[in-house]
Amino acid sequence: MEDSNRFDLRIPLRYGLIAGIVALSLSVIGIVALFAERFLVAGYITLGEVILFLAPAAMSYMAAGKAPQDKKWAALIYGLLTGLIAAIPLIILVLLAGVIDIRQFLPNVSPALIELLTFGRGINAGGLVLLVVSGLIGLLSAALSLLPERIRKPTMYGLLGVFLVGMFSEILSERLRAFFGLDAVKIIFEADALKPIAAVIIFIITALLTALWMERGDKVKSRFESLQPKQKTQVRSGSLVLGIALMVILPLLLGTYLSEVVNNVLIFALMGFGLNIVVGFAGLLDLGYVAFFAIGAYTMGILTSSGDLGVAGMSFWVAVPICVAIATFGGILLGMPVLRMRGDYLAIVTLGFGEIIRILALSDLLKPYIGGAQGLLQIDKPVIFGTALIKPDNFYYVVLGGVIIAAFISYRLSQARLGRQWMAMREDEDVAEAMGIKLVNTKLLAFAIGAAFAGLSGAIFASKLTSIFPHSFNILISINVLCMIIVGGMGSLPGVILGALALVGLPEILREFAEFRLLMYGVILIVMMLAKPEGFWPSAVRKRELHVYDDSDYEEFPEANAPRAETRDPGMHTPPHL
Amino acid sequence: MRLRFQDFDWIGLFLWIIRTVIIILVIWGTVATLLDNPYSPRQWTDFIIFGIAQGSMYALIAIGYTLVYGVLFMINFAHGEFFMSGILTATVFIATPMSISGFLNRQPILSLIIIGLVAMLVSMGIAVLTERVAYRPLRKAPRLVPLITAIGASFFWQYYYRGLFGSQVVPFPVPEILKGTIPFLGTEVLKTHILVIIVTIIMLIGLNFFIMRTKTGKSIRAVAEDKDTAALMGIDVDRTVTITFATGAAMAGVAGLLYALVFTQTHFYMGFFPGLKAFTAAVLGGIGSIPGAAIGGLFLGLIESIGPSLFLEGMGIPAPHQLKDVIAFTMLVLVLIFRPQGILGERLTEKKA
Repeated sequence: MEDSNRFDLRIPLRYGLIAGIVALSLSVIGIVALFAERFLVAGYITLGEVILFLAPAAMSYMAAGKAPQDKKWAALIYGLLTGLIAAIPLIILVLLAGVIDIRQFLPNVSPALIELLTFGRGINAGGLVLLVVSGLIGLLSAALSLLPERIRKPTMYGLLGVFLVGMFSEILSERLRAFFGLDAVKIIFEADALKPIAAVIIFIITALLTALWMERGDKVKSRFESLQPKQKTQVRSGSLVLGIALMVILPLLLGTYLSEVVNNVLIFALMGFGLNIVVGFAGLLDLGYVAFFAIGAYTMGILTSSGDLGVAGMSFWVAVPICVAIATFGGILLGMPVLRMRGDYLAIVTLGFGEIIRILALSDLLKPYIGGAQGLLQIDKPVIFGTALIKPDNFYYVVLGGVIIAAFISYRLSQARLGRQWMAMREDEDVAEAMGIKLVNTKLLAFAIGAAFAGLSGAIFASKLTSIFPHSFNILISINVLCMIIVGGMGSLPGVILGALALVGLPEILREFAEFRLLMYGVILIVMMLAKPEGFWPSAVRKRELHVYDDSDYEEFPEANAPRAETRDPGMHTPPHL
Repeated sequence: MRLRFQDFDWIGLFLWIIRTVIIILVIWGTVATLLDNPYSPRQWTDFIIFGIAQGSMYALIAIGYTLVYGVLFMINFAHGEFFMSGILTATVFIATPMSISGFLNRQPILSLIIIGLVAMLVSMGIAVLTERVAYRPLRKAPRLVPLITAIGASFFWQYYYRGLFGSQVVPFPVPEILKGTIPFLGTEVLKTHILVIIVTIIMLIGLNFFIMRTKTGKSIRAVAEDKDTAALMGIDVDRTVTITFATGAAMAGVAGLLYALVFTQTHFYMGFFPGLKAFTAAVLGGIGSIPGAAIGGLFLGLIESIGPSLFLEGMGIPAPHQLKDVIAFTMLVLVLIFRPQGILGERLTEKKA
């Protein structure tokens, strides 16, 4: 550590090996080949190639950062070496595939993968090409890290912009066609990928915009800060109105398929708001959250189904409050015995509860009532003014209503006495108790409100699908929701939406990805906890808690109060107090 | 002083009601089953032997939970995946080719030893890697943080292996000499079940020797007692923690082989439920205690095997064996509510707990 100014070849060796193993892993488990068909830039770059070389590029960038500060060439050599070393495991794989049939062991090492790795040039020449390409990528990322920030940041954002547009080109071109016709699509896209010239233009535009924002952004921000409080409120409420208007017309812009995606995102966001209260506000790790979702869904099913198992034949609107009430009751019932437990035991017990509910739903015991593995069918769609909301574009408004209610309740609660009690409890139970907070009651309220949101979400879910099966309610849902709020930032309301968009919306648009969703969630949970425990959109309270030390510095040096976008503060690495 | 509504211990009352209801249900179910007596003594013996064999596997896996908990006070949620990874890798790369080449049936004992060793080594490798990447940097973090990374690691390894070897079931080739039954106490017992029980006993004795008699075992015990003092005594805590993970994973690797022998198949999802059950077993026996893990495992295996027939059959529940997981998880919940220290555990002080 201390001799960071010495030229040390072990650094590129280590980073290169890590990058190589990551790239090899991504290849042998099939992610690379899976995306080999999806072109980002038509005829040039596929998503598979980007995924393959992402680790070498990132590791070279990091290795270059470790190079001696005074020698520019050292960073380039580090990057080059990292890239070269990263290619070695892949080359070994390619050579092996030439000798024996790896496919009998690893079904995903397909000829298509080998062809992709060798750029279609046969084993020996291809291996060499792979080595050269990987080395070049290492060199380029090292060079990127040497550029001054003024150039580096726009370049990176430009690349990111091209990547994003390219990744979503299928959906973007479909939308473009719907609004502007086929000709407009042909200007930018070609066979569901970006045209090369369009890619360059997008790169330039994004880079320029980033550069402009870096020049002027601070001024805009400070002008907003210097407004009168009243004007500030006006700006805020103006953007709120704008946002609501946008949300209302959203299905018109998105079309049926994307509306369906948005509905799923919102249903998960609704659950996320509930779990955010339990985990984010109150700090109780609940891994069996799906149980309440299931209770809500099955209640809705039994009450409104017009099939054999329906008992009441109620309408959606009458059934919803009953679903919420029963889920809340379930939350209290399950919460009572377990809330005296310690945090990690609580997690496992709730997980056990979630599984018990799922197994019961599957069992013959409850089959006469809820259908067992055959599921509960013919659940009613909600009816408004005599029209059933069957299309996703229309059903959207039901889900949106639920989300707005949940968001509003969450927001008010977070500001209220109860919310502050939860947060106090999250930080230190003993101190909170000494301050006169009744722990069990407070926890029970968190559990009950969380369960109510999940019940609402389940009810809407059942009505959306019109048939429900026990396998929809497995532990993976709980993990999915947990992941969402960890990505967004525990205790943060916009974070819930962000998390839902990233973890539910993205995989639905990248349909090939479905298989590897949980692999991604696993990685996200680990990486977030290691690197960014406060999430990508932390709540203000959380941010303040995690950045106590920075604030005291600010007071001593008022001129340092300007936003510092790039510097990473030590507080970022403080793990949250769960 | 007048008792006010909100001062009354509603939760205590509720717990007391749960306790009573469960005791009544168990007694009612048992009595009804015994009066009705739908099973022959032979079937009961089968249940018991299967329960012991299943319990032995739980015991071996549970040791990993207990060792890690004893040292780090952390629930290693990914332990079930250590169990899965070893045997799945060994099945694909070693056992299947051996079976195809005929080596497995020519040298069954040698083959099983090789498969077992490979499974152990892979499990240990995965465990050490997971510890290094996902747990060690968080040693000082609040306890829920490593639990979350452990959950992440669990799903990561599951789906990593799914990507690696596909989502289908990989059949495990059982050597011919282990197929069939042998007579035992007036009934026929599957050979694999006997092997499972014998191997478990050997492993437990070996583990006991390792923990109690070797220097490394002593350092594990020292670190479990007090990390700081152990460090002052010249024990490398990080290394000891790694060894602890590796030891637990080795046990899980062997348990994986036994599981494959009994159920003759392996797949990427096989670690999740046995992992949860083994955690239940560890809690049941008293987490942190090695004999507790062994006893808890046996107990859970027996309850799971006998329980559905004994408790639920009499209540007239259709297909009670579907509910054996419910019995296991209910046990977990009940133990954690009513006796968190488990059968053998001491009541942990707040600092340790």
